[in-house]
Amino acid sequence: MTVEGSLVIPIIMTVVGAATPILLAALGELVVEKSGVLNLGVEGMMLIGAVTGFAVTTVTGQPVIGILSAMLAAAGSAFIFGFLTLTLTANQVATGLALTIFGIGLSALAGEGYVGRTVDVFGSAFPESLAGHPVLRVIFGYSPLVYVSLILVVAVSWFLRRTRAGLILRAVGESDISAHSIGYPVIAVRYMAVLFGGAMAGLAGCFYSLVLTPMWAEQLTAGRGWIALALVVFASWRPARLLLGAYLFGAVMTLELHAKAAGFSLVAPEFLAAMPYLATIAVLAIISARKAGSSAAPACLGKPFKPGA
Amino acid sequence: MLIELEKRKEPSRLMLYLTPFIAVLATMLAGAIIFTLIGHDGFGAVGKIFFGPLLDTYKWQDLGVKAAPLILIAVGLAIGFRANVWNIGAEGQYIMGGLAGTGVALLTWGMEGWWILPAMCLAGVAGGMAYAAIPTVLRTRFNVNEILSSLMLTYVAVQLLYYLMRGPWKDPEGFNFPQTRMFNDWQLLPTVVPGTVVHLGVPIAFIVALIAWFVMSRTVFGFRIRVVGAAPAAARYGGFNARRTVWAALLTGGGLAGFAGILEAAGPFGQMVPQFPTNYGFTAIIVAFLGRLHPAGIILAGIILAVSYVGGEMAQSSIGLPNAATGVFQAMMLFFLLASDVLVRYRIRIGGQVHRAGEA
Repeated sequence: MTVEGSLVIPIIMTVVGAATPILLAALGELVVEKSGVLNLGVEGMMLIGAVTGFAVTTVTGQPVIGILSAMLAAAGSAFIFGFLTLTLTANQVATGLALTIFGIGLSALAGEGYVGRTVDVFGSAFPESLAGHPVLRVIFGYSPLVYVSLILVVAVSWFLRRTRAGLILRAVGESDISAHSIGYPVIAVRYMAVLFGGAMAGLAGCFYSLVLTPMWAEQLTAGRGWIALALVVFASWRPARLLLGAYLFGAVMTLELHAKAAGFSLVAPEFLAAMPYLATIAVLAIISARKAGSSAAPACLGKPFKPGA
Repeated sequence: MLIELEKRKEPSRLMLYLTPFIAVLATMLAGAIIFTLIGHDGFGAVGKIFFGPLLDTYKWQDLGVKAAPLILIAVGLAIGFRANVWNIGAEGQYIMGGLAGTGVALLTWGMEGWWILPAMCLAGVAGGMAYAAIPTVLRTRFNVNEILSSLMLTYVAVQLLYYLMRGPWKDPEGFNFPQTRMFNDWQLLPTVVPGTVVHLGVPIAFIVALIAWFVMSRTVFGFRIRVVGAAPAAARYGGFNARRTVWAALLTGGGLAGFAGILEAAGPFGQMVPQFPTNYGFTAIIVAFLGRLHPAGIILAGIILAVSYVGGEMAQSSIGLPNAATGVFQAMMLFFLLASDVLVRYRIRIGGQVHRAGEA
């Protein structure tokens, strides 16, 4: 039995493709939540990133500029969230929802002229001899963003556990009042975390419009931003577990695709399309039930902080 | 220039009621500027969206029809939000209500009788409640955050709708279109104003909001909801069962969303189609906040959002404004409302020094 001939390699590759954007977005949200802020606007920020990345790449022909613009645009939308929740102490849940509704509308509006257009994007990060190899492509055959996502998992993990800045960020998320009284700039730290989360969501959005599809359509991310949010809970706020979770979710998300390819028609395709969401609920139930009482969530998650108030 | 925030001793009631209007005005102004900048006729767009439907008396009936589901859903959601229960899956409960009611309609298709429509409505409420019961059980028994679970279930409901339309519930005489039969005369909501599209669901929505107003302000149930949300520790001390409050909040929200679903199916749609999810469940979140989680405010906010929907359609056909613009305006309203909330809790001081001296 040959590896080349089987479906194993294409399946692995589609799973990695499906997992990478939710990994990127979840990694950003993890840092945001570690600082004690809950930003439910991931889906909206991803869409803003997706449309910006696509539009700028189409106009300039430079995917790198497209991606950087996407990160900037999504971080800009995250700034609105930050200003409302951190400076004006608005309700984080409501503001995050507003950001998602805003992102859906704005991206549809901005992307109107780009529907149906295609774009030349960079292929694999490695030379064709490796990237096009029938077996080795399972390791070398991906977009550079896939490798970037893996490096970022290590980097975020290292940042949170081994650096002073990471320690401060966690302190702010666990007890904003103590962090403030020691003299750490709670609001500034949270702003930076929120902007980082936005940039990561923008990068994740780009992965859809520039790598996976690659094109722009309204609501291109189809609710994956919410799965990224669930993924953070699944990983109990640990970057390494995020990686595992993202690939598990990626596998479930591509189930429909593979079932179709294999001519499997025992179950309705709609059921398979609903699987990622059902699986998310099931996983949340298992994770949350086990942690009942002693939650792994940052203690200040979602609570506003107003010094001196 | 120094701008300072000073916490008020207690929230300003004046600002509480004034800020939604400030938010709408700010949205108009910012919207006009933004849409001008991106190359549309910004002021024309704002005029069409916010005033077009009000000036054209022929459009008033559409306002009622659009506002009805928004008000129904928002009234239910507001009860949950007050109790700190974040059901954001109303869209899913709305779909399930529509589907449950449609199920009854298909079962009774060959029949006649006054009881059919009420039975469909009951099924719609039950469908929405049952669907909301899932995140409720997950939260009360497994400690699962209802924000994510209720939202995930919305995507599942959409897939169930597609499945039913494509397969089991497809109209056998419908030339293979993925939609159900048209409902028969006993299954359609009657219009209440002859010659218009205003159906029975419109007065129902207003009546439900008034009932909710009474319940929230005059009954123990309403008191319990408000206490659990505002002061959970006090609620526990007072012997209020938090779990029962979560149940009540989510089931009310789900039931009303489901009710809105079947009223839409038996009203404007007249059948079940794959295009049934129209994001009312999400827009209702904006309505609930803009209405200050108060039934009377929600009626007004529902009409304002209905104006933006109808006006958005008018602007689309008259000045070619993209449909997505409506969503941007609606989100901006919520942004500005949340931003102006700061005025309720804080006093803004410009050049703080001077004022402080004057007050002392």
